[in-house]
Amino acid sequence: MTAIDPTAHLTAEQIEELGRELDAIRDEVIAGRGEKDAAYIRKVISAQRKLELVSRGVLLFSIFPPAWVIGTAGLSVAKIMDNMEIGHNILHGQWDWMRDPKIHSTTWEWDHVSPADQWKHSHNELHHTYTNVIGKDNDLGYGIMRVDEDQKWHPFHLGQPLWNFINACFFEYGIAAYDLELGKNLNKRRRKNPEFRARAKAVGRKIRKQVLKDYVIHPLLSGPSFLPTLAATFTANLVRNLWTHSVIMCGHFPEGVQVFERRSIRGETRGQWYLRQMMGSANISGSKAMHFMTGNLSHQIEHHLFPDLPSNRYAEVAVKVRALFDKYELEYVTGPLPKQVFSAWRKVFRLSLPNKKPKVETPAHEQELVAA
Amino acid sequence: MTSAALRSRAWKLLEMVTTPLLPSDYLDLVSPLRAGADLRGRIEAVHPETRDAATIVIRPGRGWRGHTAGQYVRIGVDVDGVRLWRAYSVTSPTDRRDGRVTITVKAIPDGKVSNHLVRRATPGTLIQLDQATGDFVLPEAKPSKVLYLTAGSGITPVMGMLRDTGFNDVVMVHCAPQPQDVIFRDELHRLVADKKLRLTEVHTDTDGMLDIARLDELVPDWAERETWACGPAGLLDAAEKHWSEYGVPERLHTERFRPRIVVAGDGGEVTFSATGKTVDADGAKPLLDVGEEAGVLMPSGCRMGICFGCVTPLKAGAVRDLRTGEITEAEPGVLIQTCVSAAAGPCDIER
Repeated sequence: MTAIDPTAHLTAEQIEELGRELDAIRDEVIAGRGEKDAAYIRKVISAQRKLELVSRGVLLFSIFPPAWVIGTAGLSVAKIMDNMEIGHNILHGQWDWMRDPKIHSTTWEWDHVSPADQWKHSHNELHHTYTNVIGKDNDLGYGIMRVDEDQKWHPFHLGQPLWNFINACFFEYGIAAYDLELGKNLNKRRRKNPEFRARAKAVGRKIRKQVLKDYVIHPLLSGPSFLPTLAATFTANLVRNLWTHSVIMCGHFPEGVQVFERRSIRGETRGQWYLRQMMGSANISGSKAMHFMTGNLSHQIEHHLFPDLPSNRYAEVAVKVRALFDKYELEYVTGPLPKQVFSAWRKVFRLSLPNKKPKVETPAHEQELVAA
Repeated sequence: MTSAALRSRAWKLLEMVTTPLLPSDYLDLVSPLRAGADLRGRIEAVHPETRDAATIVIRPGRGWRGHTAGQYVRIGVDVDGVRLWRAYSVTSPTDRRDGRVTITVKAIPDGKVSNHLVRRATPGTLIQLDQATGDFVLPEAKPSKVLYLTAGSGITPVMGMLRDTGFNDVVMVHCAPQPQDVIFRDELHRLVADKKLRLTEVHTDTDGMLDIARLDELVPDWAERETWACGPAGLLDAAEKHWSEYGVPERLHTERFRPRIVVAGDGGEVTFSATGKTVDADGAKPLLDVGEEAGVLMPSGCRMGICFGCVTPLKAGAVRDLRTGEITEAEPGVLIQTCVSAAAGPCDIER
């Protein structure tokens, strides 16, 4: 836990009341879901496909620098749309209510090397259920970084600014490895586990298809533009990875976000679960275009409270959620992208070193407890 | 290499270009009705028939294989953003020149799809289609005498037959509350004027429900006629009994529109159809727990409704969302989150 519990002023009754108020917000959106929302996601999907098609078309002539620039920019945006506003949100089941088998969490596959079903397990299930619980939520530093004082320091963490930068560049591979829990599963015994091998194989197949498409087929189709197209798809993937990594870092890493101990979630009530999501997430402020390009993960707090509500509703939900933060005197962590990215990176640098000093005087009786 | 093998190679290559999507995902953007696409149709016109019925003109996709008079088609329509499937009789003749098909829909009280189609559907809308099906059809050998016995929207498959195949001696007995409720009334009367049809209208608001014993008086030679009957269950049950008692059950062909009557209650018998297990469940216990306790291998995840790792097809019955109280009824393609759904009456889970 962070030194001072920012929710200490709330009584148990208040926390349950807060939970009921959040449920009411959720119910209202669910009751109002309809044709407009369905039209929205269909429009976004159609726009993404057209943009990708046109950009790939332009890249066939990427030997001409203007075509390279336009095609690369278009493809980068198309890949970001695919991963963020479309893939991430569909895979959360946000659009399952439409009963369209083509836009459904059970059938969707995205432009990403991690197969959708593996990502759904590690992200939807583990990260969203155990948000920011040390030892349970591996998103806290992805198992390669220390992002809270309460995590144990190890000399390996000295290099974490570098690990984080490499991870940002090849983020989709990082996620695939993370979904496979490579760190845990690479030891001799576990790597022979048939279940793990099947999953690793699935990742291998997905990587092969993605790489073949981006770095072989499309460049070959471009003929004399082979190399520029290769460079363009590499650039688009790099841009997409850096962007998604930055957005996702802003969700839980900036200063002000709380982390929780394992034992704190034992017997957690619905109200307490909501409260943990509120304190464990951070938003990005900005324009409509900004929210769209982050897949509305700029509304990370709202997304963590209601991961299955359609993303196009988070903006209106945010107004009501923020009012609850004010009412219950809680800190709504938000800020423009550069500020939040800087804050998250500063933390990565700061925590690469061991804690300077004990952050709070531990009362004597608690020391006894720890010793026992 | 055969051309089929070549085509399949080319398609594989195309799939490598579009992975993880399929080439059809892109083609659907420009040509959703093309050959080879999932079968769809486009609504081209909506013609009102009565105050609560309308005929929908549909241009089917290239994959449409046609229909036989009397058959029905399942259509998937997005109502308030949710795709719902219903079956409707095809009312157009099989040889319609422009290749369009029509269905005629009567808005039933609280009917989500029927009211949407009759009152709100607009030309240009894309709908999902299945191939026509059903064995309520005319035989290849023409019978010499025919009786059509219909009530309400039960007239729709018979209209498809009437428009498709002419017979020398056709009698129709049709029941509707009032004259203005008779769907296709003008067309029926034109057939009567042209001596192609003998028609008896029973107006149940004034005449009362049709007593099947009255057939002797309305159509004295009914027992000699090949009969097609379509209407509410009460009428069809009475007809089946009547024909059996006279020893001519093989002359009667019936079609029942089965409105799914789901009585949403509290708990019920849950069948896990893939495993073949049936257990009693109360209305408060999540179906995930019910299944696990019964020893069924259930997919699971967060167990609180957020991860969608447990979604499973609901094949029959109804379930209640334990968070919102919302009832979900089984329909093709309906998946439920078993961790936050409880039985609301008997239901069938595909596990």
